[in-house]
Amino acid sequence: MGLMEKFFARSWGVHPRDYKRPAADAPVRVMPMPERLYLSLAQHLGAPARPVVLVGQTVKKGEKLADPQGAVSAAIHAPTSGVIAAIGEIPAPHPSGLPVQAVILEADGRDEWCESLKPCADPFGLDPDEISRRVADAGVVGMGGAAFPSALKLSSSRKAGVTTLVMNGGECEPYLSCDDRLMRDEAETIVDGIRLMLHAIGAKEALVGIEDNKPEAIAAMQKATAAHGNVHVRPIPARYPMGSEKQLVQTLTGREIPAGALPAEVGVAVHNVGTARAVSEAIRSGRPLVSRLLTVNGGCVGTPGNIVAPIGALVEEVIAFAGGIEGTPARLVMGGPMMGASLPHARIPVIKGTSGILALDAAQAHVRHEEACIRCASCARACPIQLMPLDIARHIRGGDLKGAVRLGLKDCIACGCCAYVCPAHIPLVQYFSHAKGSLAAEDRARQKTEATRKLAAARSERLAREAREKAEIAARRKAEREAAKAAAAAAAAASAKSAGEMSA
Amino acid sequence: MNADGYHAERIFASPHAHGGAEIRRTMLQVLLALAPATLFGFWLYGWPAFFLWLLTLFFAQTFEFISLRLTGNTGQTGSPGDGSALLTGWLLAMTLPPWSPWWVGALGAFIAIVIGKQVFGGLGQNVFNPAMAARVALLVSFPLQLTAWVAPLPFSGLAAPGFLDSLRITLGQIPVPDAMTSASLLGHVKTELSRGVGLAQVLAADAPRLSWLGVRSGSLGESSSLLLLMGGTFLLATRVIRWQAPLGVLAGALIPAAIAHGIAPETYLDAASHLLSGALMLGAFFIATDYVTSPATGAGRLIFGLGVGLLTWIIRTLGGYPEGVAFAILFMNALTPIIDRYVRPRILGRTRSGQPLRRPATPPGAGKGA
Amino acid sequence: MIAILSLTLLGAALGLLLGIAGRLLAVEANADVAGVESLLPGTNCGQCGFPGCAGAAAAMVSGAAPPGCCPPGGKAVALALAEKLGVSLDLSSVVDEGPKLAVVAEDLCIGCCRCLKYCPTDAILGAPKQIHNVLKEACTGCAACVEHCPTEALVMQPMPVSWQHWVMPKPAAA
Repeated sequence: MGLMEKFFARSWGVHPRDYKRPAADAPVRVMPMPERLYLSLAQHLGAPARPVVLVGQTVKKGEKLADPQGAVSAAIHAPTSGVIAAIGEIPAPHPSGLPVQAVILEADGRDEWCESLKPCADPFGLDPDEISRRVADAGVVGMGGAAFPSALKLSSSRKAGVTTLVMNGGECEPYLSCDDRLMRDEAETIVDGIRLMLHAIGAKEALVGIEDNKPEAIAAMQKATAAHGNVHVRPIPARYPMGSEKQLVQTLTGREIPAGALPAEVGVAVHNVGTARAVSEAIRSGRPLVSRLLTVNGGCVGTPGNIVAPIGALVEEVIAFAGGIEGTPARLVMGGPMMGASLPHARIPVIKGTSGILALDAAQAHVRHEEACIRCASCARACPIQLMPLDIARHIRGGDLKGAVRLGLKDCIACGCCAYVCPAHIPLVQYFSHAKGSLAAEDRARQKTEATRKLAAARSERLAREAREKAEIAARRKAEREAAKAAAAAAAAASAKSAGEMSA
Repeated sequence: MNADGYHAERIFASPHAHGGAEIRRTMLQVLLALAPATLFGFWLYGWPAFFLWLLTLFFAQTFEFISLRLTGNTGQTGSPGDGSALLTGWLLAMTLPPWSPWWVGALGAFIAIVIGKQVFGGLGQNVFNPAMAARVALLVSFPLQLTAWVAPLPFSGLAAPGFLDSLRITLGQIPVPDAMTSASLLGHVKTELSRGVGLAQVLAADAPRLSWLGVRSGSLGESSSLLLLMGGTFLLATRVIRWQAPLGVLAGALIPAAIAHGIAPETYLDAASHLLSGALMLGAFFIATDYVTSPATGAGRLIFGLGVGLLTWIIRTLGGYPEGVAFAILFMNALTPIIDRYVRPRILGRTRSGQPLRRPATPPGAGKGA
Repeated sequence: MIAILSLTLLGAALGLLLGIAGRLLAVEANADVAGVESLLPGTNCGQCGFPGCAGAAAAMVSGAAPPGCCPPGGKAVALALAEKLGVSLDLSSVVDEGPKLAVVAEDLCIGCCRCLKYCPTDAILGAPKQIHNVLKEACTGCAACVEHCPTEALVMQPMPVSWQHWVMPKPAAA
């Protein structure tokens, strides 16, 4: 980096203390199967899946429980063999704890795989579309947290003519180390998955971005990619939010994704390294995504580390397996500390996008009162999108959501850098989430008003039609009656006449 | 223990971590950076300077406390312990003549805290820098008291007043002895120039001398350029302030000064005199860098600084007052919202005008061979 | 004398300038009744106290009614109306208790069909002697049906919030 760049380069992001070790260095542990699994039907981006099993039905491990529904959706499979105990509502892995539809599976303890899985010995002989289809059948979604259905991304990237596959091994969130662990332990599988994805997309090369605070993972991945000329490992400087799509693409390829556009429009597709592993698994052995590696960490966790947990296991069970809770957690978080969701309680199941479970102590959670903004502009310097969080928050506080949108509210990626650096402890991200939610609610209300107007118009048309029909019927009846009367009168006249004639 | 006993007390928004920055600590760092120059001022001007400083800080904190009490102290207007009132009081004290009577400090603190800050809505809401607003209000209301400079005592051969005499000076019971009064360089030059005396002659005669160390007459804390620079460097190094505003102020004042002096040395003071006299150094590092009343972007701060510097030079050279830093800062404070409106960083993925970047018709690299 | 003259001239000139500015820079109130009516839900539910949405629109254009007078429209409609009418809106005056929904209490409904003809959006389904049902998607929460139910089987309930539609609360002013 030249001197000019050092002084004048756009500085963005923050360098939080990462707390990744010792959890990252501990060997992976596999959690035993819990007695009951709670499989949310909405664990991916898009429409919830539609259950295809009935209560009381016996299922094998890997059997499909729910079908994708709509354009953006993903299938859900049984993480173990057992009986469907119920289909109903459970608390969603969301700060509100509002209910979500779920399939509840009672494990039978045998953990038998279903026989109909289709392993594939020569996946590179398959048609690229067939790979996407098999990935969809396996219910694979993005493992980084956003949980976008992977098959959809593969097929749309192919259509868009994507040339570069960017693999996200950044794992820039503090505390989390599951991708790091995965790259150290299963580099070969990940590289296989990357090559399968390259095949499915038709891209020329893959760039694996790994932050330079994970030297072991970089070494392992470099060893695994040595034999493949089109997969390159690229160490990148550790900085939060390096793992964010826009930042990662810009750092690795120099291309800037236009606002509101997808990476595919600059010829790039971004996938997580964990997704590559799931893709390899899905194609090679035909096994769907039914478990995942996640980090259990934080000051209140007995033995922090990385754990393979079945999808649908409760957070409290995962924490108990990881050595239980020590002390009183100030906050329970699903995901990373910067963007993760705080959980209302621990009886919430793990979903496909759960990269970590954190039990943070009071010092780590750093709860403080909001103070007055002193316009220090630390937030503006930290913002990776170059927004002015202080101005946007001021507009939102005053209720001027339109003003906030004008200042770029919709470009905000909710990375949390602004609130992380704020000396006044202003919950900036909360202001932005509130504003985005309110705007969405206003949009829905507007659509509802629109729909209402159509319904009201349809009703008045119906009333008019009915009135018209009634009038027509009445007119016809009247006409008929009059015709009958006239006929009767004529008949009477005729008969009178004939009577007269007769009398005459 | 297990996690089943956990229940969140409320809804927490992300992020669930914090870098540890605190308003209070930032304020303390600025106070720390001011300390060397202030201590030097005490040594230079004796006990009265210390009493004035103490009184101004006391009144500033008291008025802050009372204001927050009256407004209900909701936290949105600041908290009495955040150190912002101490900083305002300190900065005000540094710009006052060191032997000012007590009521100058008290009235100044009232104007700064109550009228300059709390009336606008408290911490972060004021348009004008409170210390500068108070200084200018005092200067136009009490020009005599606000230009009563004293000679630097340790070098004047005069006996410094004792503790009790100093107390009487601060309480206004005895006037400043005539022998101890002294003009500041800028004031002296302005007076002499207005009498038609040429600059070379003025400076050759008994004009106050310049030095980086700051042995000269002037306000309590503005004299030692070297110590102020040291404090400023400390703030730059700890990233409390950024380089744009100080650089802008210095460049904005010194470049025109050097050019004008080069063209007409008989009429215009040289750059060094501008730099080493008056409050330019203090203004550049401690007042133009005030977060609340300066722009939020780097480019904006540079514009702000240049404006302050240029206006300072213009007022000093062409205006009726010998010193112009405070006026220049207040003027640029008024422009800050406009600067902030028009000088914005380019949002990632958008053009400067806010439109999304043009999407490439064909993805880059698609045309090249595999 | 000169002073009086110059002040008079100054006053006249400035007055003229103000007059011209007032003419040229006037904010045109381009709100017509039809335009305002098109923003309203159009259900003629009557909750605003005016004869139907057209009546409310006329009242709003004439200034007799505030833009926040449409309860089923809530904040979104109020904001759109305020913008159209060019008036400032005091959001605290807008009654918006969140979206509501009419719900049939199944043990009380006698299947009389009376409510059906009052629903402005045909959201109630029912046949004689059958328990009626409300279509969630079509109900606007206008409550026009409630007073016509002889057994008080129709009740207004807040629309249940799903976690996808949940809105993060605004940070409380500390």
